[in-house]
Amino acid sequence: MTGKVVIQRPDLGITPVGAHPTAGEPVASVHSWDVVTAADGPGTRFVTFFAGCHLRCLYCHNPDTWEGRNGQQVTLSALVAKMLSFRGFIQAAGGGVTVSGGEPLLQNRFVEAYLHRCKEEGMHTALDTAGFLGARATDELLDDTDLVLLDVKSSDPNTYRKLTGVALHPTIVFGDRLAARGNRARIRFVLVPGLTDDPANIEGVAEYAARWGSVDDGGIIEQVDILSYHRLGVAKYRELGLRYPLPDTVPPTAEQLAAAAEHFTRRGLWVTTA
Amino acid sequence: MSTTVTGLDAWRGFAGDTWRAGVAVRDFIQANYEPYTGDSSFLSGATDRTRGIWQRLTAMFPAERERGIYDVDAVTPSTITSHKPGYIDEANELIVGLQTDAPLRRAIIPNGGWRMVEGGLKAYGYAPDPRVAEIFTKYRKTHNAGVFDAYTPNILAARRSHIITGLPDAYGRGRIIGDYRRVALYGVDMLIAAKQADKDACAGGAMTEETIRRREELSEQIRALGELKEMAAGYGYDISGPATTGREAIQWLYFAYLAAVKEQNGAAMSLGRTATFVDIYLERDIAEGILTEQQAQELVDDFVIKLRIVRFLRTPEYDELFSGDPTWVTESIGGIGTDGRPLVTRTSFRYLQTLYNLGPAPEPNLTVFWSPKLPQGFKDFCTQVSIDTSAIQYENDELMRPQFGDDTAIACCVSAMAVGKQMQFFGARVNLAKTLLYAINGGRDEISGAQVGPQLPPLDGDVLDYGQVAERFDVMMEWLAATYVNALNIIHYMHDRYAYERIEMALHDTDVLRTLACGIAGLSVAADSLSAIKHATVRPVRDERGLIVDYTVEGEFPTYGNNDDRADLIAAGLVETFMAKIRKHPTYRGAVHTQSVLTITSNVVYGKHTGNTPDGRRAGQPFAPGANPMNSRDSHGMVAAALSVAKLPYGDALDGISLTTTVTPNGLGNSREERVRNLVGVLDGYSTVDGFHMNVNVLNRDTLEDAMAHPENYPQLTIRVSGYAVNFVRLTEEQQRDVISRTFHGAL
Repeated sequence: MTGKVVIQRPDLGITPVGAHPTAGEPVASVHSWDVVTAADGPGTRFVTFFAGCHLRCLYCHNPDTWEGRNGQQVTLSALVAKMLSFRGFIQAAGGGVTVSGGEPLLQNRFVEAYLHRCKEEGMHTALDTAGFLGARATDELLDDTDLVLLDVKSSDPNTYRKLTGVALHPTIVFGDRLAARGNRARIRFVLVPGLTDDPANIEGVAEYAARWGSVDDGGIIEQVDILSYHRLGVAKYRELGLRYPLPDTVPPTAEQLAAAAEHFTRRGLWVTTA
Repeated sequence: MSTTVTGLDAWRGFAGDTWRAGVAVRDFIQANYEPYTGDSSFLSGATDRTRGIWQRLTAMFPAERERGIYDVDAVTPSTITSHKPGYIDEANELIVGLQTDAPLRRAIIPNGGWRMVEGGLKAYGYAPDPRVAEIFTKYRKTHNAGVFDAYTPNILAARRSHIITGLPDAYGRGRIIGDYRRVALYGVDMLIAAKQADKDACAGGAMTEETIRRREELSEQIRALGELKEMAAGYGYDISGPATTGREAIQWLYFAYLAAVKEQNGAAMSLGRTATFVDIYLERDIAEGILTEQQAQELVDDFVIKLRIVRFLRTPEYDELFSGDPTWVTESIGGIGTDGRPLVTRTSFRYLQTLYNLGPAPEPNLTVFWSPKLPQGFKDFCTQVSIDTSAIQYENDELMRPQFGDDTAIACCVSAMAVGKQMQFFGARVNLAKTLLYAINGGRDEISGAQVGPQLPPLDGDVLDYGQVAERFDVMMEWLAATYVNALNIIHYMHDRYAYERIEMALHDTDVLRTLACGIAGLSVAADSLSAIKHATVRPVRDERGLIVDYTVEGEFPTYGNNDDRADLIAAGLVETFMAKIRKHPTYRGAVHTQSVLTITSNVVYGKHTGNTPDGRRAGQPFAPGANPMNSRDSHGMVAAALSVAKLPYGDALDGISLTTTVTPNGLGNSREERVRNLVGVLDGYSTVDGFHMNVNVLNRDTLEDAMAHPENYPQLTIRVSGYAVNFVRLTEEQQRDVISRTFHGAL
């Protein structure tokens, strides 16, 4: 996933399953949670990192969220209670909740119920997803999603597969569906020198973004976040006994970022770079 | 009655009546100020004149930093009138007055204690004058000497073992804010007349100890006001009448403040809440066409230059506690009035603008009274200044206003008081983490082994039992509270007697509300230690003396700082419990008990004097500053940490609860607008959940590391540390490392 680097945490501070009878309540495998600003959606947000992901992105900085079994079992009511403990602050600060991961749509039923509860509590909701499992997002789930943070990691099917291990097509289908439904979205694109920085590749992502349309033109795209590849995940691979797949890759320069942004701004899209 | 030599009627155009007959500055402000709800686009930059004066001073700072002090007058005990007028650049200064006859030349103020003066002089290579030494050791008793005449063996032992530290028993207590605005509004003669009337009013009846003291204090106040006029006259100003222009208002106000810092070497010598008061005068001048915006800003800049160079002679031991040569010239800005109108004026902006015009600086300690109801333009400007300079702190106006009213100012870092109507007896703080260790060791000091606290039977067993430890902790806190209040009563009795703040109290109502401002340090260590004992398995490790000196911890335990009630409520409970114990003990002059959760930079020294703790903290390791969670244990981001701190009950910590945060610029957003918007949001959020105080640093770790390596490149790098700001390069290396090692919230 993109966004904030998640570090290993022993204690969720959320009552785990087992402490209380759950009476058939939805349960999810959660890696961790955080309250972050300006990283996983607008404003200050309560972000839940769900455990488990099908993708194996070469530049992933959270390999510790890949395995669902690495998470802790948390009930819906326990997660909602934790979210509510931040509600007053977040509503005054401006922000909301984000479901991230891992891939939150791996646990789509739980996520759907959770987002619904968040909407009932008046929270702005964001779904941070790679889109590969977009078909699992029901219309009800998307109705309760104010903003989708959609990672379009590459526009080229071959590059996409090389990068993630899975096909690009479902993500594009999901994007088209969001556009048809009018679900607001932000495109997230990680600029990795040597992997995703081919102008034709960036241009392709920009074309998809333009197809879904800027909100200024009646489309769904609020903005495009171009995120710099960084190496903060390296230590985690070591910790997990994994080989780091990009030993020699360096973060992009400011010039490379600006050049990438150009592809999007030309099409009238709002762009941020970080 | 208010016409002066300028030929102008001082009160021309002013509205309202209630402030005219007697001293009522708040009424004057309310009747005359104009809230400003716009943005910062009207502000002016620095003029060449301003830059010239500031450059003269900045050229002197490297030598001061190198030597510790720039210069000192070692032979003239400072009084309001002791020194000839001093100037930085006489021809070009708009606001005049220095503590001595030259800029950065420090004075000696021996009434607080001769040892402080002697130690300070020797530390910087100056010889104490034998004649002055004789006077203050033989003929004139000092505050410090008085205190040690009365201290009990119990207090001395607690002080020696550092369970109670930083007591103002060798230096001026400070944290008293004279209402310096009174001099500008009324002129000195009217203030003298009012004090004389109060003195006359207690001339009849029995001369009880209280009445005698009142009459003596009023006489001293009247004398000090006379000296204030004399000092101003030395600079060519007659301040017996009220100020007639904006420039005079600032000058009169500054003379009054200057008199205070000439006569008192207080730990914190705060300014009060002056911007909106001054605004009334500046706006009147602008409306009359006798002042431009550029000139108004120049006056504010010149005033702030003076406040930046307030200096005191202190010892290296003092600097270890409160490092970076702080003076806490705290100015409180903004807030909302009880009628709902914002107390934000153009001059609120002008004060903040000095951080651009003169560059960032730790003093004056600019403190914004935050409320979600503040005008958007002001919120945006404050946060923009924070992002650019890290030099301002925020306190929750929504919490203070109901307690203290809307003419409240902060003394020092987080101590709120109604200006001119309330003062405090500053009480430093006790070490709660060490107190817990005393509970475990039956009152014996974990380092020296000495019996300091009440003797309890040794703890047996291989595992610490929460119930048993909590019970013993209660006993130890009981003892500590009694010892502490006794010490403070002695200190403040002697301070009133030997180092009375004549001019500051002359600028208070004669009948003031006094608070006894106690404090606690090591809260997060104590809370986490109790959480470890409660939720994990903690095994004590004993040394050959039978002392428990270390702990092994098995299992996980929740820590304070993650918005987790299991740990946070332990911390909140400690604040409540210790306050209740403090309240049991009678106070000197009937002062109302309060406490703060604030350490300033003393968290380093407290940690140094505290052994291993059951939370896994190693002996000597610094505590977290103020009410902060321990470094790196707040693992869910800054907002989660802030919510934990906000759970500490303000009603049991009315002297303030300090939270210091550091974020990187990118942690607030990608663009300047987004950063401003998000920081405004965080402050609104913190205010909404009843958080009290927040220091906001917006810095990159690399910047601080580079500043450690190349201090010469960062003369003005300012960072906020528990309640105040310091020049980073003036911290000791140890403190610099502590600051850097603290959690850097890369993302909020």
